Amino acid sequence: MTHKKRQHASPAGGFRRAVQQLETAAEEYYRAPYRGAIARAKRDEDDLFMLFVFAEMLGIPNPAAYFTLELQPLLLERFHDWHRRMGMEHSPLDHFRCC
Amino acid sequence: MSAILLAVGGLAAFAVGYRVYSRFIAERIYRLSEDFATPAHTLEDGVDYVPTNKFVLWGHHFTSVAGAAPIIGPAIAVIWGWAPAFLWVVLGTIFFAGVHDLGALWASVRNKARSIGALTEDVVGVRARSVFMIVIFLLLLMVNTVFGVAIAKLFVSFPSSVLPAWSAIAVALVIGYLIYRRGVGLLWPSLIGVITLYVTVYLGDFIPIALTDGTLGLAAHAQWILILFIYATLASLLPVWLLLQPRDYINGLQLFVGLGVLYVAVVILSPNIVAPAFNTNLPEGTPPLVPLLFVTIACGAVSGFHGLVSSGTTSKQLDKETDARFVGYLGAVGEGSLALATIVVTTAGFATLAEWEGLYSKFGGGSLDAFVNGGANVIAGGLGLPREFAVTLLTVMAVLFAGTTMDTGVRLQRYIIQEWGNIYDLPWLTNSYLATLVAVSCCLALAFGAGGASGGGGLILWPLFGTTNQLLAGLTLLVISVMLVQLERPAWYTLLPLIFLLTMTILALVYQLLDFYRASQWLLLGLDAVILIAAILVALESLSAFMRARQRLIRAAGPVE
Repeated sequence: MTHKKRQHASPAGGFRRAVQQLETAAEEYYRAPYRGAIARAKRDEDDLFMLFVFAEMLGIPNPAAYFTLELQPLLLERFHDWHRRMGMEHSPLDHFRCC
Repeated sequence: MSAILLAVGGLAAFAVGYRVYSRFIAERIYRLSEDFATPAHTLEDGVDYVPTNKFVLWGHHFTSVAGAAPIIGPAIAVIWGWAPAFLWVVLGTIFFAGVHDLGALWASVRNKARSIGALTEDVVGVRARSVFMIVIFLLLLMVNTVFGVAIAKLFVSFPSSVLPAWSAIAVALVIGYLIYRRGVGLLWPSLIGVITLYVTVYLGDFIPIALTDGTLGLAAHAQWILILFIYATLASLLPVWLLLQPRDYINGLQLFVGLGVLYVAVVILSPNIVAPAFNTNLPEGTPPLVPLLFVTIACGAVSGFHGLVSSGTTSKQLDKETDARFVGYLGAVGEGSLALATIVVTTAGFATLAEWEGLYSKFGGGSLDAFVNGGANVIAGGLGLPREFAVTLLTVMAVLFAGTTMDTGVRLQRYIIQEWGNIYDLPWLTNSYLATLVAVSCCLALAFGAGGASGGGGLILWPLFGTTNQLLAGLTLLVISVMLVQLERPAWYTLLPLIFLLTMTILALVYQLLDFYRASQWLLLGLDAVILIAAILVALESLSAFMRARQRLIRAAGPVE
């Protein structure tokens, strides 16, 4: 019997496992009903952030452009989904055509 | 008669209903299949569509559908005696609610987890969908108003509950913050949170908080209603992770603790039922048992709200189609058991018949006061806890249930108003703050319009709320029945409940219409008329949908030689 197995077979190990299972069930019980609502809220925040990052390219003056420019390569993958979600069928940027 | 007989008899009937009737419905009528790929698998996205363990899913479903309504309804309805309320809760749960909830889940799962509202349009027609939207709005309007009035009434009657009820909000905010902003695990914050809540329940008795009549020229009851709706406005605008989610979680824990405490106390104390089986000494002004019983107890016997939960959230998380029986039917049974506990404590929690009749001196008089007082007597006698503590415990339980429903209800009302703003091209109505303001103003107008300047008579709305709830259940049963007819399966098991519910709802609406006319309550009369028109439209839509479905079947079968 390995050391790990011995630990689980002991009363302390069994108790720890029971607590872990309880915590997992409680986490699931806590998060599952609101998973969708929270994901949507996060997406709304991310969309706003995307607007900040690409503001200059869309012709909106952005005082933080020096910093947000650095982030553009990191967010390019999400750009296509974002402009479609914002109601623009094709990329609004002349020099950056993702579709 | 011993209350244990009532409790055990009811629970045994639920167990038989689940073992036998739900199996029959699941296997022969809905024909649930283990092999059917549920939307949780076919559309799995890790957000909305997630296969979930059936026990966890049952926990969500049960706590989402059970709230203050299965307490208030039966607590009012025992005025006709314990037997009618008991029979309607038990038979309603087994033959109506279980079949309805399971059916809504099945219908949604078989249609890519679409909501019952969307299915109404697909299966019945566009007109029925419009009626559905109106009924939902009226339901939310009334549920928010009634619960606001009920909480205010509890705060006035039991000032010891004010501190713990508001502390629960602080506890929820702290849990939400710790989990989402600090990344703390759930176990310890929830344990500490629940313990803190019960400590404040204990402290509540030493620090009662009562508002004084006359501040700003308003009665204490009216002041609480205003405060509660200001709170609901703010709460419905906050991010869900901060308040609603942890509050729902605490409520769920409270529900299990409360139900357990009540049943254990009944078994230990074994009190006798003091209320009559059929009350022949009804107070003046009590409406007739038929049809009012069937709308006074909506949640706890059958409730349209469950269809929204089944098809909105639960169906997206169902791992196997066969789990629907456990989650849907047993979810309804869970709510039935809460209604049953309410019947037991409101009829057996008093020393004498005179004491009981004192509380039930007018229709709507017993209500939550009877639940809290009767339940506290049973808990104090059975478990030896101080009666004052038990009073605060049960009041807080009812307040938190109603409060969370208000938070969600105002938020949903706002969504509907914003949707109307989009449909009718009114951009100002799509603004979150303005839409919330419109929603809350409607509720306040109804609370004070129906309940007078003090808002104290607002519970008069309860049977009217029941009619909209039953109407919604009727629409869900209609969708399920039409689907069954289209699949050439027996539809009587959903059709008979539909006919019964529509008949009772229309009769209750006509009775109340005349009653409001006699009492010159014009606001309620107008509201009643709108619901009555919606009910008649549902009945006509049902007829036409069945005729269409039958004709389609006859055409498909071809000409008879």
